[in-house]
Amino acid sequence: MIPAAFDYVAPSTVDEAVQALAGAGEDAKVLAGGQSLLPVLRMRLAAPSTIIDLGKIAELRGIREEGDGLVIGSMTTHYDVQRDHLIAEHAALLARVTDTVADPQVRHRGTFGGSLAHADPAGDLLAPALALDAEMVIAGMDGRRTVPAAEFFQDLFTTALAADEILVEVRVPKYTGWRAHYEKFNRVAQAWSMVGVAVTVRTEGGAVAEARIGLTNMASTPVRATAVEQALVGQAATAENIRAAAAHAAEGTSPTPDSNADVEFRQELARVLTGRAVTAAVTA
Amino acid sequence: MTATIEPEVGRARARKEDARLITGRTRWTDNMTLPGLLHLATVRSPIAHANIGRIDTDVARRMPGVLAVYTGADLDAEQGTMPVAAPVNADATVPRHAPAAVDKVRFAGDVVAIVVARDAATARDAVDAVDVDYDDLPVVLDMEAALEDGAPLVHPELGTNKWAFFAFDSAEAGTGGNSDEAIRAAEADPDSIVLKRRFRQQRLIPAFMEPRSVVVDPTGDQVTIWSATQVPHILKTMAALTLGLPEQKVRVIAPDVGGGFGGKLQVTREEMLTILAAKRLNRPVKWTESRSESLLAAHHGRDQIQDMTIAAKKDGTVTALKVQLMADMGAYFGLFTPAVPTFGAFMFNAIYKFPAYRFELTDVFTNKTFTDAYRGAGRPEATFAIERMMDELAAELGTDPLQLREKNWIKHEEFPFTTVAGLTYDSGNYEAATARALELFDYEGLRREQTERRERRDPIQLGIGISTFTEMCGLAPSRVLGQLGVGAGGWEHASIRMLATGKVEVVTGTSPHGQGHETAWSQIVADRLGVPFEDVEVLHGDTQVAPKGLDTYGSRSLAVGGIAVVKAADKVIDKARKVAAHLLEAAEDDLEFSGGRFAVKGTDKGVTIQEVAFATFTAHDFPEGVEPSIDADYTFDPENFSFPHGTHLCAAEVDTETGRVKIRQYVCVDDIGAVVNPLLVEGQVHGGLAQGIAQALFEEATYDDSGTLTTGTFVDYLLPSAADLPSYTTDRTETRATTNPLGVKGVGEAGTIASTPAVVNAVVDAVRHLGVNDIEMPCSPMRVWSAIKSAGGAQ
Repeated sequence: MIPAAFDYVAPSTVDEAVQALAGAGEDAKVLAGGQSLLPVLRMRLAAPSTIIDLGKIAELRGIREEGDGLVIGSMTTHYDVQRDHLIAEHAALLARVTDTVADPQVRHRGTFGGSLAHADPAGDLLAPALALDAEMVIAGMDGRRTVPAAEFFQDLFTTALAADEILVEVRVPKYTGWRAHYEKFNRVAQAWSMVGVAVTVRTEGGAVAEARIGLTNMASTPVRATAVEQALVGQAATAENIRAAAAHAAEGTSPTPDSNADVEFRQELARVLTGRAVTAAVTA
Repeated sequence: MTATIEPEVGRARARKEDARLITGRTRWTDNMTLPGLLHLATVRSPIAHANIGRIDTDVARRMPGVLAVYTGADLDAEQGTMPVAAPVNADATVPRHAPAAVDKVRFAGDVVAIVVARDAATARDAVDAVDVDYDDLPVVLDMEAALEDGAPLVHPELGTNKWAFFAFDSAEAGTGGNSDEAIRAAEADPDSIVLKRRFRQQRLIPAFMEPRSVVVDPTGDQVTIWSATQVPHILKTMAALTLGLPEQKVRVIAPDVGGGFGGKLQVTREEMLTILAAKRLNRPVKWTESRSESLLAAHHGRDQIQDMTIAAKKDGTVTALKVQLMADMGAYFGLFTPAVPTFGAFMFNAIYKFPAYRFELTDVFTNKTFTDAYRGAGRPEATFAIERMMDELAAELGTDPLQLREKNWIKHEEFPFTTVAGLTYDSGNYEAATARALELFDYEGLRREQTERRERRDPIQLGIGISTFTEMCGLAPSRVLGQLGVGAGGWEHASIRMLATGKVEVVTGTSPHGQGHETAWSQIVADRLGVPFEDVEVLHGDTQVAPKGLDTYGSRSLAVGGIAVVKAADKVIDKARKVAAHLLEAAEDDLEFSGGRFAVKGTDKGVTIQEVAFATFTAHDFPEGVEPSIDADYTFDPENFSFPHGTHLCAAEVDTETGRVKIRQYVCVDDIGAVVNPLLVEGQVHGGLAQGIAQALFEEATYDDSGTLTTGTFVDYLLPSAADLPSYTTDRTETRATTNPLGVKGVGEAGTIASTPAVVNAVVDAVRHLGVNDIEMPCSPMRVWSAIKSAGGAQ
């Protein structure tokens, strides 16, 4: 498990990182928390010529309030997201999802931005980013641009990030007072999600006023369960209404079959788990 | 004077070994370094079946830091063929298993070349620079397909993929009736039923914690081999035989070894290749595998198809059992590959008094990693099949599965009992273990809850699974191994050295790799010799320190090796008694030995064993004609196997909407005879249960259609962690083994053997009312969900 040789750069500012990336050529790779990249390197599934390590860039870490939203530095670890009081207050869904990511060791190393930029469809943080209408702030040689989550995730391991760009911040609107739940289904505790359902709702007097639902691993990108959201809004949060709404969960999904679940089973899981996630969210 | 001391045997002592093993600050093989050490890496075939064409090693050879690249052809004059210690019958041809493939690869992972470099990174880089042309051949992966006419042949020189056919028939052996006849009779009898089922034992990977590693130092004409192995003594002999080394020039050291589970009960290709490279280059060489290399190329386990036929009277009395077993050998034989399924032959009848039994075994070659021993080795497979059958038979007869078992099992007053498979079980009490398990489990309460959940069509259904298992362990009486055609005996050796300062060195031929022998053997010796626990040092694993032994596997260490320790200690006492009598000027018969002191009966005169040890060391005043040593050794050959047993009860919740299984309660009551250290026993039971449950629910090694292992990392090969396993309720009953002086039976494999059927029985029981009567292992959510769905009973 020894990676092929590579050049290593550890810039201390975003500008330096962007410069380094631009100068490093096509097959450079950005290292965030390394929880996906290092195994790939060690198994020699990739052999980049240069690794640009973002780990020493202080400005990429931390969570702050800015206007109506939160700004999460891309190199903020899962552990820090999990324990942040701003996240708990204004984006409870992110906290609930992050609780389920892998194990404590991974959560101390892995980063929020790294997970989004890697864009593994089984990664847990993509669905809530989509459901919460997060925006990705991307830095490149031409400056910064902002891409909404719905446009950021393009395909399996593919995002709107160009080869010479770095994800620097994620902006999340405030969902103050919203309830949240993440229903994660996997075979063993440390395994990737087979299916995950990220739900956050605002209730008013026992009825669902607003709902946002993202699905993990139900397509090559995260999927917004729009039909379920629409069916829920304005309805009393009764078991019957939730069940009827959740029946729409597989609409618009195109999951990839694997040894753990074929398409039919995955879609059934999406329906069942959506019902459970919404039920848990409204009572959270 | 000696105070009354609490006996050591029976104390729940934490392991002496804990500090160094848990911190890892110890002598793992990969921690070893030697002056001038070189590093070996393997070039492995990515293709499952191919003729090897040109191998271009030029680029790799020219890389700075690379000392050598050897292909299988380069090594062929010296590399020999890997040893097989267990032919099923003498006339079967054993196909060649070269350490490095020469003209053909037979599984994806076969070694085609090795690279030796000054550092591990360069060796790894050079592996990528070796260019091998493969001329693909059709692959055969499925056992039944492999037996069809025209199937691609793994070893064309055999003319077939079917290696051997072995049968045991109780009518022929004189141990019971004719099974085929009894089954025919039952088919014709309206008061009997015949039930047939096919079970599949999925392929598993032992997945020991410490990957395999070997360091070879060829200094002078000695060859010193450090290896992460369970079997240093067997390795020494086999390395000598395989490579033509003089055995007296070979020293093997198994330093601290991080787990094995049978996966390191192997003499490996990589050990042979590292020896060859070290000898050729006359430099020390190290090979350490990565985790993915380990999953790919270390031997796998299980992989059997079991066709079971059971006949019974409608009152539940079983009248015959027939087992037709197909076992996947993979591409080659390892040390005990063909012995594993054969070993199960004696266990399918389990704890029951079946009057007729027939066992047929077909061994099959396929283009997959070879199989060999994995925790339980033949017995978990057999136990699974019979315990599943007993539950299925109970369901067919509409009777309680526990009552059905009780109707057929050997009663405690019937021991010793010779079974239909010809083994004599010395002792056991299935009633007692079962009664205790029921007390702990609340069987009736859970059955009530099961009924309620069924009635209200709860999406979460509850099932109860039973496993009343036994196993044969304590390998083994040498004469029995001889009859089975195993290439070695089953004795074990110990020696005890009394040091001048009164401390004690115990040398054992067993080779611990996590079990805690240093602690348990110290407890035994402390009691026997009446010396403090802390004063006993246990030495093992180095053939120069412990020259005689047959190592650790098959739950043999205590029941065989521990008894050798006891017998050696008794010899020490006998020798010391002569010296004590001389020192005390008393007759030997007038001495009594207790608490580490020889006392003259009826007086306060006495001498401690430590004083005797010092007097022996100085030998200034020694009895005439007596050798000035009270050290002793003993080689113990057991007269019989030992037969632990127990009753395991599992309550599992099945989520019928998602197929997820959750074990709610797990009770096991094991009877492993007398216990030396209850804490070590608890550890063995917990670990064993985890591995058995893992087979039931999580683990499976799979290949794609081209023969590529698709579970080559822990992302895909699902090992459960503590988060995925229940809290266990464990207890013991104690029926002593009558065949050894400690009354012990062995506990290394019990949990693994017993738990798999308990869990699957519980899963099936939870959804039986929906029309399901089997679910293939591992019972993954998709398999459970699909079984419910295809049974048409999904709610």
